[in-house]
Amino acid sequence: MKAKHQRLILAVVALAALIGAGLLAASALKDEAAYFYVPNDVRTKGVEPGRAIRLGGMVVKGSLKRASDGVTIHFDVTDGKAKVPASFKGITPDLFREGSGVVAEGAFDAAGTFQATNLLAKHDERYMPRELQGMQYDEETHKMKADQ
Amino acid sequence: MHRFANPARFLKIVRPLTAWLFWPGLILLLVGAGCGLFVTPADYLQGDTVRILYIHVPAAWLGMGGWTGIAVAALMQLVWRHPLAAVAGRAIAMPGAFFTAVCLVTGSIWGRPTWGTWWEWDGRMTSMLVLFFLYLGYIALANASARQGNGGVSPVTAIFGLVGAINLPIINRSVVWWNSLHQGPSITLRGSSIDNALLWPLGFTLIGFTLLFAAIVLMRMRAILAQNKIEARMQRLARG
Repeated sequence: MKAKHQRLILAVVALAALIGAGLLAASALKDEAAYFYVPNDVRTKGVEPGRAIRLGGMVVKGSLKRASDGVTIHFDVTDGKAKVPASFKGITPDLFREGSGVVAEGAFDAAGTFQATNLLAKHDERYMPRELQGMQYDEETHKMKADQ
Repeated sequence: MHRFANPARFLKIVRPLTAWLFWPGLILLLVGAGCGLFVTPADYLQGDTVRILYIHVPAAWLGMGGWTGIAVAALMQLVWRHPLAAVAGRAIAMPGAFFTAVCLVTGSIWGRPTWGTWWEWDGRMTSMLVLFFLYLGYIALANASARQGNGGVSPVTAIFGLVGAINLPIINRSVVWWNSLHQGPSITLRGSSIDNALLWPLGFTLIGFTLLFAAIVLMRMRAILAQNKIEARMQRLARG
């Protein structure tokens, strides 16, 4: 066997071992490296009140209500499987709206409402011009269609 | 590939090739950036902030593509002992680090109005920052260790380049494996969720930046070979 082939085999074996190690590390990190909990995680795993976490999901359409003091808002966060009530006092990001993604920092109170101290708007992967607003992106066909 | 191992033959091909990459790249980039700024409509949600996409996406692609180049060059250097591969590794590092930094900065500028934060430690951002640090480490290691024959990086630097490639699939999958603030991939094999009206200038800037990147790498390779020639001559003179 030529030295060149030995080096090639060595390099390939080393690379395969590296990729294997990387994948193992990534899958072990799976939960730890998550940036936020979704409501279903909260339901299945349980997060004790007072523990600082991030909660991410969609703001449920029609759930956003402004309290009488004018700065406190109440809304529901969902991931399609579970729904969690949340409230926040302060100025919301421009892109925070119903039906859109949100990541809230804060903790649950004893009543099970998420008391957010900071809100981040999560943008999704859809980009379109204003003229297409009111149209819906079809996951199946990857085409825009009119929103009835 | 060893046909091009001779620097004289390599230079003969590369000299005209550099111009053929540089000027079309610059024109495509300017057309794409101009159209992205003035022609395409604003996004329905992000407004004009969306236009940073035409710089951010090519910068991310070249930051990662640059390290892919470093890894391929490292493999060619370590296995086939190709003398120019070591030079290519050194040449790619600096522009790769530059584009990774551009990606991080433009992303941060976009994140402030869109998400409401300059920086968050989510999977995508953290892994991209790690890529930037890997570039810095590679450059430091290449400069600290002995030069190869004609100005290339040392074998230990090449090994570092190969090991660092493990970060590339992690960056790519970070938004799929983990919940992240960064959105998922818009452009996949199944199509694009960016509307065509907003998408087309991205093609121009993507190809433009890539050609420009290739031209810069070739120019740097020529500069390294020239520098090496000067040093060899100086040494000969010093010996008398």
